[in-house]
Amino acid sequence: MQQFWLNSALRRPWLTISWALILTLALAAGMGQLYFRGDYRIFFSPDNPQMLAFEQMQDEFNKSDNIMVAIAPRSGDVFDDDVLTLIWQFTEAAWQTPYSSRVDSISNFQHTEAMDDDLLVEDLLLNPADLTDEKIAKIRAVSMSEPALYRSLISADGAVAAINITVQLPEVDQNQEVVDAYEYVLGLSAYFAEKYPDVEFYHAGILALNYAFASEAEKDASTLVPLMFLVIIIMLVLLLRSALAALATVIIILVTILSTLGVAGWLGIFLSTATVNVPTIVMTLAVADCVHVIVSMQYALRQGKSKEEAIHYSMTRNVVPIFITSITTSIGFLTLNFSEVPILRDLGNMTAVGVMLACIFSVTLLPALLRLLPAKVVPVSHTAKGMERLADFVVQQHRKILPVGAVLMLGIAAFAGTNQVNDVAVKYFDTRTEFRQSLDFIEENLTGTANLDFAIDSQQTSGVNDPEFLAHVAAFSDWLHQQPEVTHVASITNVFKRLNKNMHGDDPAYYRLPEQQDLAAQYLLMFEMSLPFGLDLNNQLNLDKSATRVTATLQNLGSKELTGFEQRALSWLSENMPQYHASAASTALMFAHIGERNMESMLKTLPFALILISGLLVISLRSWRLGLFSLVPNIMPALVGFGIWALYSGEINLGLSVVASISLGIIVDDTVHFLSKYQRGLQEGQTTEGAVRYAFNSVGRALFVTTVVLVAGFAVLAMSGFRLNSDMGLLTGMIIVLALIIDLLLLPAILLRFDKKGKSDEKVSAVQSA
Amino acid sequence: MKKYLLFSLLSLSLCLLPTSVVAEQEAAMAEGLRISTERKVRDTGWGDTEAVMTMILRDARGRESRREMRTLTLEVLDDGDKALTIFDEPRDVRGSAFLTHSHTMQPDDQWLFLPAVNRVRRIVSRNKSGPFMGSEYAYEDLSSFELEKFSFTYLRDEEVHGELCYVVEQIPQDEYSGYSRMEVWIDKSHYRVQKIDYYDRRGSLLKTLTLHDYTLYKDEFWRAHRMEMVNAQNQKSTTLLMRDIQFDRGFTDADFDNNALQRAR
Repeated sequence: MQQFWLNSALRRPWLTISWALILTLALAAGMGQLYFRGDYRIFFSPDNPQMLAFEQMQDEFNKSDNIMVAIAPRSGDVFDDDVLTLIWQFTEAAWQTPYSSRVDSISNFQHTEAMDDDLLVEDLLLNPADLTDEKIAKIRAVSMSEPALYRSLISADGAVAAINITVQLPEVDQNQEVVDAYEYVLGLSAYFAEKYPDVEFYHAGILALNYAFASEAEKDASTLVPLMFLVIIIMLVLLLRSALAALATVIIILVTILSTLGVAGWLGIFLSTATVNVPTIVMTLAVADCVHVIVSMQYALRQGKSKEEAIHYSMTRNVVPIFITSITTSIGFLTLNFSEVPILRDLGNMTAVGVMLACIFSVTLLPALLRLLPAKVVPVSHTAKGMERLADFVVQQHRKILPVGAVLMLGIAAFAGTNQVNDVAVKYFDTRTEFRQSLDFIEENLTGTANLDFAIDSQQTSGVNDPEFLAHVAAFSDWLHQQPEVTHVASITNVFKRLNKNMHGDDPAYYRLPEQQDLAAQYLLMFEMSLPFGLDLNNQLNLDKSATRVTATLQNLGSKELTGFEQRALSWLSENMPQYHASAASTALMFAHIGERNMESMLKTLPFALILISGLLVISLRSWRLGLFSLVPNIMPALVGFGIWALYSGEINLGLSVVASISLGIIVDDTVHFLSKYQRGLQEGQTTEGAVRYAFNSVGRALFVTTVVLVAGFAVLAMSGFRLNSDMGLLTGMIIVLALIIDLLLLPAILLRFDKKGKSDEKVSAVQSA
Repeated sequence: MKKYLLFSLLSLSLCLLPTSVVAEQEAAMAEGLRISTERKVRDTGWGDTEAVMTMILRDARGRESRREMRTLTLEVLDDGDKALTIFDEPRDVRGSAFLTHSHTMQPDDQWLFLPAVNRVRRIVSRNKSGPFMGSEYAYEDLSSFELEKFSFTYLRDEEVHGELCYVVEQIPQDEYSGYSRMEVWIDKSHYRVQKIDYYDRRGSLLKTLTLHDYTLYKDEFWRAHRMEMVNAQNQKSTTLLMRDIQFDRGFTDADFDNNALQRAR
């Protein structure tokens, strides 16, 4: 079988190239089905409990997806003629934002006051032409004392104001909708920035987050992927010392990536912040396959073999290891299917498909290409000599290497457990991204940027008008106010207090909750009749007025702190008002929970992946003994890597939670290559020492080269402005380096120390069946 | 002859110039006004009515909530109509009464009687575009149809509910209206409104009203008994049911003044 395809690849290379091309075209045709999604929902499976709770709240009250524009005049004072006029104009213009359903600012705040015996309901700033010093003073007084505005739409020092635009996305083409709405607002800001050069504009909100997800992914796709290509080409030329061999590799990479993206398209997988980097990862892994084939071929050429013989030599030696390493790498990525996060599952599946396609192409198309391209004998490189020296060193010093290495590794690995899960969507973005800078500014100067919504249900129609219920809600919002992490609380009770005051001739003594249900209900009826389009109370009250939504704005906390705050609030509610049903939800809360849930499921799958991959090793090497030895170089790199991470950062996000699984699949390759060569050495009758030297000589350079390529690939990923990707790239790259060190120092030391009993249980090698 | 040739050449060139577009537009506006005037004329002279109204509100999940009220209306021939709405459900607003004197040229006058404070309050607000009782209806959707409140353009013919209709665009003249424009389907057989699409200030479809179960009263006045308002942007909807529609209740202006408001229960 193997003989058949190898012969056809070598004797009729054009035939192989033709069918490979046809296959690629058929698969790549699926790329037309690919589309991009940047909304935050891609992080959550449809049955995610926090998302269900959030969506239920969004359905019961109005949706709260928003864009917030912070307006910061350099003068440091919002309350002046110019800036107030700007706020008024921006507020008016913001109603034209696509999909907007509501715009809130200090200018269109529905101010109420008693006028004779009547209730006047009017925009706080109805017409900027009316602005006088007196009017400005009044706007300032109201803004600074009104709980709905203070530290929400106006900063505590009056230096920064905000406009909050609520949108109702139809969610047909959500990505485009986000872009349409957000870019419209960016356009408004640009327009007003030109008109008012002394004012700065900052953007936040759910849509800003979605937009940042999408634009960072786009940035990754347009900068990292080409950069990756460049890095790979340079490295291949340097390492393989043959432009033509590099060309062949680049062709394999291209074909693999196009096919992978095509398969994803056919499977209906969409591109996202996570999957946009699949080409980078697949590229990296495909290069490793090719390098093994080409390095072996060059070795054979140096031995004086003809081109055909050299290719044949390389293929018979590499096809099984490449197949096995591809399988193990795929398994590592396929374990991402146990992740709670749909886009990480997509990342795993797409990469697994890509790795297998790379395997197929590098044992068919690659030999066919190499057969057609002219080959020259490449002189022995320094690394090859270096490998011999390294082998000498390890053989001589293994008694020292073993204890020193073991102590050092275990010492660092001990820190791995001190890492803390922390998922805050905002912190996924590097501080150099505009989104993050905007958010940090708002956090520092205006208000928190995380929300937590509480729905409090009286469980009876019109229950929100019940004075007892209102008293409880007011007590809860007071409690919220007292929490150090809370910057603002929006509660319907403030509206009731204000109306009660208005209905008593604006007597401040009556700034308190109405004392009878019918009074409260009728105040509300009157107020609601006076509100303009879009500024109704439906975002705070549900349909039959049985429940109300209280929104707390919080400083951006870590996920542990946020879930802790949620727990504290819910237990306060169940202790102090058990007769009412209460729930909490928000996007920030969804992210806070997803990290923990995902980590839990990923940690559970890790032993499973380890057993599966080790089992495969045992089968392929046909040796329990070597399978057992392989555990050390398979497990230790990740443990040490996470130990170093604990010392470096100590925080683990969604991106990092999958690093152990994917790096396991990748680093196992080194072990497979090294152990299979070691085994071959033993089978050829060599001593342990001889077999170790043989392994160093035949595969050491390839391991070094592939590690350099892999590390370069993940280092490119580490340059992403999106921390889920950059952290993942950084830590995976680090683990791959550690794996090489362990494979070339610790593993041979272990073999030299413990595998002296000889080769009695060695059976016919799997490799020999090739 | 020469003069005639010149004249026809001139008129031909005028037709080819953009003026033809202007002329077309003017014709569409004239037709729109004719249709709407006919609609108004056919619904003139009914005098006064009383009816019981039920509103069924639905949120995006289909959860329902009901509002019950009675409405008394008095036709005013040279100005907008007068209306008195008395709330029966929910219970905590029972007995609240809402009086409006709508006007053709100036903002409507509105008063609200709140039994809990036992006082009449005038509503001082330009806003008529907010939701009525939390429903998908705005106050302006429920107030009387007056020609002066809109400009009209005939758009096309289209069938709705099996009736061939004129489709007329209405643009509100009040700057505080919540709508940029509306499209109104008026059937050709009786000039009854069958459907209205409301467009928000951005020009996007906001909600659609359909009118059902038309019944003929006094041999000349059609009244819909069921109206469905569906919000296209947030998936909420409100059904408005009218029953016990009575004509000729003998109401006078005195039944629609401040004192009447306080008496209404």
